[in-house]
Amino acid sequence: MNLLDIFKRSKPPTIAAQAKERLQIVLAHERSDRNSPDFLPALQQELLAVIKKYVSVDEDKVAVKLERESGCSMLEVNVELPSPAARAAAAAAAAAKGKPAPAN
Amino acid sequence: MAKIITMTSGKGGVGKTTSSAAVGTGLALRGFKTCIIDFDVGLRNLDLIMGCERRVVFDFINVINGEARLNQALIKDKRVENLYILPTSQTRDKDALTLEGVGKILDELKKEFDYIICDSPAGIEKGALMALYWADHAIVVTNPEVSSVRDSDRILGVIQAKSRRAEQGLEPVQEHLLVTRYDVERVEKGEMLKVDDVLEILAIPLLGIIPESPAVLKASNVGMPVVLDDKSNAGQAYADAVGRFLGEKIEHRFIKPEKKGLLDRLLRRTA
Repeated sequence: MNLLDIFKRSKPPTIAAQAKERLQIVLAHERSDRNSPDFLPALQQELLAVIKKYVSVDEDKVAVKLERESGCSMLEVNVELPSPAARAAAAAAAAAKGKPAPAN
Repeated sequence: MAKIITMTSGKGGVGKTTSSAAVGTGLALRGFKTCIIDFDVGLRNLDLIMGCERRVVFDFINVINGEARLNQALIKDKRVENLYILPTSQTRDKDALTLEGVGKILDELKKEFDYIICDSPAGIEKGALMALYWADHAIVVTNPEVSSVRDSDRILGVIQAKSRRAEQGLEPVQEHLLVTRYDVERVEKGEMLKVDDVLEILAIPLLGIIPESPAVLKASNVGMPVVLDDKSNAGQAYADAVGRFLGEKIEHRFIKPEKKGLLDRLLRRTA
């Protein structure tokens, strides 16, 4: 320890400290996920099936995302509903095939 | 009783082969009959690092396939008594390895050797699994750098789930951390993870800290395990790590920057 160390203490967190923090966060999640199956693809399919019962949506218009922060994880589900015009067209097409139009 | 030590890391290029060569040679120097096996099928390099590349006739895969006997494939080191190398094939791929084939050869080696070092390939696929499955000890080689630490954590998870000891519910594989390419100057400047940070994150016992050193490249250029360069700090650090592996209490060295005189400091600061 020398005199210069006293001045070093007041510096903002070092790059190495940032590296450590990032590692701690990512590894905490990876360790907790290690023994649990990756459920996101299945979740996405089941959500889509439920939504499709009520609205006809495109497979590509459902996005399931997991956002990770130090304290919590956030599951974000984005479903883009078709515009009214597209819905009407879909209903017409369905009616033409003799099927009931999808309920809105 | 012979022990199987797997040198592993997940990430490539962190120093597994350098460490296998150094630790294996260090154990042989201590009088233990030691064999180092190259598990990196298709990317053979242990022979180069050990300087026996021109003496390879048969390899590990030939022995697994029954095309050669073990004694024909083992290469005796010319410098160190009790040290043998089992090179791998340069032309086949990882699929040439099978758990039973590897297990049979390790059983045979266990009758003759005190320590068998499995130099794992990078990754967590078949080659790495074959190298760690039979392990009694795992030395996890880690650079003080985010991707290496993360991959080390991952490979520790694999060891804890997929090794023979884990599968059969035996006493777990003993884990050891070997931090390599440690640059004290950069650590001091706050640019590089401290060994304590890496230890806190991975939470396994520390076997050694190998300083970043030009001696490592010099040694590999001439095919000499760096532990034989006993003047170099890296060579000494490996020798210390071997001592610790054998249960000796040895203080860690090369973790503080060399003391500089006032003149050096002034010159550096104004430079």
